[in-house]
Amino acid sequence: MEKVVKWFVLTLAAVTLIACASGAKKDESAESAEQASSGEETGDTRYGVDDAGKIDAKTLLSDTTGPLSRRVFYFEFDRTDLSEEDRQALRAHAEFLAQNPDISVVIEGHADERGTREYNMALGERRAKAISQLLVLQGASKDQIQEISFGEERPVALGHDESAWKVNRRAELLYSGY
Amino acid sequence: MINLTKKLITACCLLLITFGAQAALTIEIEKGEGEAAPIAIVPFGWKGRTPPPIQPAQIVATDLRRSGRFAPLADADLVARPAHAQEVKYRAWRALKIDNMVVGRMEPVGKNEYRIDFQLLDVVNGTQMAGYSIRTSTRDLRRAVHQISDIVFEALTGTRGAFDTRIAYVTVAKSVKNPKRNDYRLAVSDVDGYNEKILLKSSNPILSPSWSPDGQRIAYVSVTPKGPVIYIQNIQTRTARKLKQFRGLNNAPSWSPDGRKLALTLSKDGNPEIYIYELSTDRVKRITQSYGIDVEPVWLPDAKGIIFTSDRGGTPQLYLTRFNSFGRASRAERLTFEGDYNARASISADGERLAFVHNHHIAVMNLKNKSLRILTDTPWDESPSFAPNGSMVIYATQEKGNGVLAAISADGQAPQKLSIKTGDIREPAWSPFRKRSF
Repeated sequence: MEKVVKWFVLTLAAVTLIACASGAKKDESAESAEQASSGEETGDTRYGVDDAGKIDAKTLLSDTTGPLSRRVFYFEFDRTDLSEEDRQALRAHAEFLAQNPDISVVIEGHADERGTREYNMALGERRAKAISQLLVLQGASKDQIQEISFGEERPVALGHDESAWKVNRRAELLYSGY
Repeated sequence: MINLTKKLITACCLLLITFGAQAALTIEIEKGEGEAAPIAIVPFGWKGRTPPPIQPAQIVATDLRRSGRFAPLADADLVARPAHAQEVKYRAWRALKIDNMVVGRMEPVGKNEYRIDFQLLDVVNGTQMAGYSIRTSTRDLRRAVHQISDIVFEALTGTRGAFDTRIAYVTVAKSVKNPKRNDYRLAVSDVDGYNEKILLKSSNPILSPSWSPDGQRIAYVSVTPKGPVIYIQNIQTRTARKLKQFRGLNNAPSWSPDGRKLALTLSKDGNPEIYIYELSTDRVKRITQSYGIDVEPVWLPDAKGIIFTSDRGGTPQLYLTRFNSFGRASRAERLTFEGDYNARASISADGERLAFVHNHHIAVMNLKNKSLRILTDTPWDESPSFAPNGSMVIYATQEKGNGVLAAISADGQAPQKLSIKTGDIREPAWSPFRKRSF
C-alpha cells in the first residue's frame, strides 16, 4: 500500500512536470528510453529528463516497477468488477493518458475457458469496456483507447482448473511498443 | 435426469480411418441401453479383378449402429452370405430373431464408376421392402453407400436418414513455425469423419461455423489481432467474402432459413446486441434492446423469430423474440429457468426442440412443454448442433485435456465420439440434408 501511495505521488509529480513542458522531441525520448532500460538491468530506475525538465512518457512506460507497470487486471467468473486496488492502478493510467494525448492504449479483454466461446467473446469485451470506462471517467480520451476481445481464445495458462482460470479471466493494457 | 450414468457403456467399435497421410478422425461408438433392433447387413458381393475399394455392408452397419436404433449382427453370426434376395433362405435368418436384413452387390462399370444393387428385406414375411440399383463415380462411392443407409433407415423408422450429411468443425494445433502460436483450420468432413477437407488455415482463432441452408457456404468468425471479423466461404470454390466489419464484436453468425440474411452479434452501438445482416445490401437491423450481453442467435425454422443467449436477467439464459407481420421484433420471452448457465442454442429442423449448453452439459428442451433432458454428464460440453433429421446432436467435449467431438442421439442413447489424433477439435456444426448423388 505504501508503495502504491509512493508511486501515486511520483506520478502526480511526473504529470505536473509533463504538464509544464510542451512535448518531447522524438530522438530525445528514444535516448531516455535507452537509459531506462539499461537501468533495469542493474535494478535501478533512471528517469530521462529533457531540457525542459520533463519526465517523458517512454521512460514512465518502460519503468517496470512504476505506477504504470500494472497492466493486467483480473476478474471473477462471469464478472467485470474491479477491486479498489485495480481502480487506483487504473487512475495512474488514466492520468498518464490524459497528460499524453498522443499516446494510445489497446485494452484486451479475455475470459476463461468455461462458458460458450461466443458468450466469452462478449464477456471479454465487457471487461475491456469496464476498464476503458474508468479511464475515460478519469480524464483519458475515448480516442486514445481501443477495446478488443479475444474471449477465451488466448489463455495465458492452459490448465483446466481455477489456478489457470483465474489468470485467464483478465484485461490487459497494451501501449504500443511496450 | 441423466440417463447416461445408468448405462453400461461398452466400447463397441473403434474405427480407424487411414486415408494414407490424410488419416484424420477416429470414431468411437459406445453402446447405449436403448432398444436397438437387431438387423443383418450381409457383406456385399463383388465382381471385380482387384479387391473392392470399400465394403458397403461395413459402412451401412456402422451408420445404422451409430444411430442407436439398430444393432447389426456381428460378421460371425451371419448364417449365410447371400448377395441377391433370391438366394435368401428366410427360415435360417428368422432363427436369429431379426426382423430385417440387407443384401447387395457391387461391380465396377467402366472407368471410375461402380454399380451397387441392394435390397432391404422383411425377414418375418419373406418380402422385399426396398430395392435400388445405383450407379456412382468413385469419388461419390462412400456418399452412395451412406445414401443406402439413409434409405434403409427411413424405410424402417419413418424418419429421413442423415448419414449422407457433413460436419464442419475447427481444429487447433501448435504451429510448426512458432510453437507459441496455434494453427487453426476450418474443415468439413462426412459425418462419419471421412473425406476431411480443409477450407481454411489461419493463425487466428476460428469460431462458430454456420452452414448456409443450401449447404454450399459456411459463415464463420475469424478472431484477428484487430478484432473479430465474419467471413462467408464457398465450400466448392473456396472463395471467401468478408462481411462489413463494425467496431467491436462481429460474432456468432447464423443463416436465415432463406439464406439471404445472417443473424449475428454486433457491439457497435455500445453493448452486444442481435442484428440482422442483409447479405445483398450489407445493411444491418438491430432486433434486441438490453443492457446485457445478447449473443448466439438462431432462427426459428419458419423464420418468424430468433432464439438467443442473454444475461439480461443476471445469468446467461435463452430468450425468444418473434417478428410481427411488419417484421418488427417483439419483446423477448425467456425460455430457460432451470440452471444458471443456458446458452448456445441449436434448434431442430421441425422447430420443436432446442439443444443447448446447460450448466456445462448438453441438454435438450421440448419447446412446447418446456421439459428438459440433460444428455451428457461430461464437464465442459459445448457447441451442440442438431442433425438435420433431429435424431442426433453433435457437440464438443474434452478428453484428456483435448477437444474432441461427440454425438449423442437426441433422446440420450448411443453416444459416439469423433476425435482426431493430434491437437484439438471443436465448434462442430451439422450440415443440412444433401441432394441425392444418384
